Amino acid sequence: MEILVCVKKVPDPAENEIVVSRDGSDIERDDLVYSVNEWDNYAVEEAIQLVEEHGGSVTVVSVGDEESDEIIRRELAMGADAGNLLDDEAFHYSDGRGVAAILAHAARRGSYDLILTGAQAEDAAAQVGGMLAAMLDVPYASLVVRVRVMDGKKLKIAREIDGGNLEINEIDLPCALSIQTGINEPRYVGIRGIRKTASVQVPVLGAAQLGVDPATVGEAGAKVRKLDYFVPEMGEGAEILQGSREEMADQLIARLKGRGVIQ
Amino acid sequence: MAFVYILITCAGICLFAYILYRRLVPLFRAAPDQRVDRIGARIGKVLQIWLGQWRQPRYLLAGMIHIFIFAGFVLLGARSLQLILIGFWDGAALPGLGGQTGAAYNLVKDYAATWVFIACVIAAVRRGVFRPARYQAPPALGKDHLGEALLVPGLICALVVSESLFEASLQMAQARAGAAVSAPPLTLLWAGRALMGGLGLPVLQAVNSVSYFVHEVVFFFFLCFLPLGKHFHVLTSLFNVFFMRLHPGKVKPVRYGVDEDRLDDLPEFGVSKLEHFTWKHILDFYTCADCGRCSDRCPANRVKRPLSPRFFTIKARDRVYAKYPLWGKAMEARQALVGGIYGEDEIWSCTTCGACEQECPLGIEYIDKIVDLRRGLVDQGRVPQSLQKPLGALEKRGNPWGKSQRIRADWAKELADEFAVIVTSEKEPVDTLYFVGSVSSYDDRMQRIAQATARVLRHAGVEFGVLGKAESDSGHEVRRFGEESLFLALRDANTEAILNSGAARIVTADPHDYNALKNDYRGIPPVMHLSQLLSRKIVQNEFALERGEYTGKTVVYHDPCYLGRHNGLYDEPRRVIDAIPGLRRVEMVGNCRDRSFCCGGGGLALFYEPEEEQRIGVVRVGMAREAGAEVIVTACPFCLANIEDALKIAGLDQEMEVIDLMELVERHLPQGGQGRRDAKG
Repeated sequence: MEILVCVKKVPDPAENEIVVSRDGSDIERDDLVYSVNEWDNYAVEEAIQLVEEHGGSVTVVSVGDEESDEIIRRELAMGADAGNLLDDEAFHYSDGRGVAAILAHAARRGSYDLILTGAQAEDAAAQVGGMLAAMLDVPYASLVVRVRVMDGKKLKIAREIDGGNLEINEIDLPCALSIQTGINEPRYVGIRGIRKTASVQVPVLGAAQLGVDPATVGEAGAKVRKLDYFVPEMGEGAEILQGSREEMADQLIARLKGRGVIQ
Repeated sequence: MAFVYILITCAGICLFAYILYRRLVPLFRAAPDQRVDRIGARIGKVLQIWLGQWRQPRYLLAGMIHIFIFAGFVLLGARSLQLILIGFWDGAALPGLGGQTGAAYNLVKDYAATWVFIACVIAAVRRGVFRPARYQAPPALGKDHLGEALLVPGLICALVVSESLFEASLQMAQARAGAAVSAPPLTLLWAGRALMGGLGLPVLQAVNSVSYFVHEVVFFFFLCFLPLGKHFHVLTSLFNVFFMRLHPGKVKPVRYGVDEDRLDDLPEFGVSKLEHFTWKHILDFYTCADCGRCSDRCPANRVKRPLSPRFFTIKARDRVYAKYPLWGKAMEARQALVGGIYGEDEIWSCTTCGACEQECPLGIEYIDKIVDLRRGLVDQGRVPQSLQKPLGALEKRGNPWGKSQRIRADWAKELADEFAVIVTSEKEPVDTLYFVGSVSSYDDRMQRIAQATARVLRHAGVEFGVLGKAESDSGHEVRRFGEESLFLALRDANTEAILNSGAARIVTADPHDYNALKNDYRGIPPVMHLSQLLSRKIVQNEFALERGEYTGKTVVYHDPCYLGRHNGLYDEPRRVIDAIPGLRRVEMVGNCRDRSFCCGGGGLALFYEPEEEQRIGVVRVGMAREAGAEVIVTACPFCLANIEDALKIAGLDQEMEVIDLMELVERHLPQGGQGRRDAKG
């Protein structure tokens, strides 16, 4: 099975204190550190496990700047077979549709049975997966938490729906899936693993190589523009239950029952 | 008859040699190890722990029984050898054991045989009838070795009884012939003579021959039986103790003989299969006597985490024996060690507190093996999700919470009204560097330890600086959780920052950082824990404390593992506490000093959530309560965190509290401004 996984470099909220810049147009980026978008990491792990079981290869691509080759290298260290960085001045400030269009061009360069994206990115809008599938005209399922290969032509997948329930679907290959966290336990990649891939040259593909019309992507092609970031106003303070341990437990149960959370 | 004895002896020796050869094969296939340094210290260990049985009385009854049996073995070894020779030459004596010396030796060995007999009977009754809980085996982990534990005292009894009957019948025959022979009173020999009082010469002859035969057969059976089970230690213990780990605070290199800068060339890290263990580690597996002291002291085992040091060793030994059998086909393991005989949770459950190693009377080690297995898991990417986040943050930010380096010294802002904490730079070099550590830099609660430490240092007249954003996590737990490459990166970053600071010495209030800087780092100025520095000043009358907030309270000191067991600092912190007038200090008797019970582990251990019945810290605060303490004093931020949580979980937070040594000292600094040596500061 040939699998393409789309990954993204993001400022990890666990390792950064996100502060909105003074004019509200962006976040403060001086002191940020970046990692692979968490959902994408699950997608790469899923792809590696599928290939370990069924054969084939895993290719990762990322629309990003020149520093994004660091995250591609990390995925190579994890076990991906090949990686491409999709970088061109014309791609900068793409909206979701633009990113999907660039990825679609990259996907058409190979013949992939399965295309995976993270369900969303920590800094974005959970929109690329679906648009990418539509552009490639392949079936799509979102928030996938389980993948089983059936007879090589179909997948049986589970999607997470409300309340943690699962919806089981069958989907024809080739297809695109957006992967939800928790589908697997991504393997750890340490410094030693990354160093082993340090000498790998990650090919950079620009608009020309991909056959992307620069006018349709990037700032030029964007139809959605960011206007403002703001931090929500602090609401009312939390209520602290008083009394002994038992009394507090009783109060909590009464409240939960009152709201219909428990019977 | 001599022919039969030649046959028994030859067969016995050949079989024994073959078994030893088979047992040696895995040692030669194992990874290299370096165990011939500091010969003097090693001989010292042999004299103390092996010959002196130093650690045995820590479990008093079992220990005393063992000491008697061990002493008997050492004394009776010569007699057994002499008996073999007697099979060929009547009246054979070993060189040096003739005449007067021989007579003295005979007296001693007759009593030795007697006390060995008594000790073996007591041991067998204890194991067979009273069955102490320590020896029981949870079915999930393995079987107890009750059969062997009863067979061996039986064999030993058979040896000493047959030897005594042999000698008794001989003596009686000699007496009838008019020779002056005597049996020391109340010995087996004496009892044998009394029992056989009226027997005729032919019967005595028969007793003599049969008891000799029995002794020979049992002796060689026993010899060849030893390397098959837990009594291999009778043969291996001397070597195991000689080669034991001499540097408690240190961790073995990834592979002996491979320099750090060539580590990336290694195809794999750590241990994933049997032969990745070093030969000493395989010898450890052979040597385990299944006494269960390690597991009895193991905090993880106590709270039913899936780790028992005893079975950690025994499972590995079973695997060695299956893969390298004495006869027949080797059982090739299908699975790696972790996933096969060990569970992942088992390997991550260890807090590296070192209680098991401190207790083992045979010098068996665990921490290096656990770290090596973790290195193997890390290398294969098999790291629990709960640890991946902090490891990732350590890589990017130099601390496990992923907080910005820029706010690393923000804890000092609280002190701004009192004095300025110097952040060192080439422009502002300092003599003493205070290495704050990650948890005391960033954690809201633990920042109070950093603030207290700064006040105490200033009061003590120590001019100091901190590294600020140039400081990274010391990497102490990173290394012990198996992420060697990340540890080396953190160490290199800190080493550069420390050397740039121009400091001549380093102080720290965090035992984990203290251990890392002292034992894991190289080429940096000497490092002291604050308790050492204060203790020294107290002894030299340069530092005094006053009555204060805690006057009249009963306090107990909890020994942090990396201060106590790993670095031997037991008295210094106690001396500091005792310098505060009006405190009543008690001990958690049986669970203090080198028998301290871990709080649950520091650093990355705070992020890992193993299966357990209760928190380790909860057990610990129970011990403190039993000691009658109102206040638990510790000298480690992680101990403080764990014990503070445990007091809440145990519902004891109303009646007891925990405080760091630095905070305690801060609250008893002499009032009326700064200390008398403050002019300098």
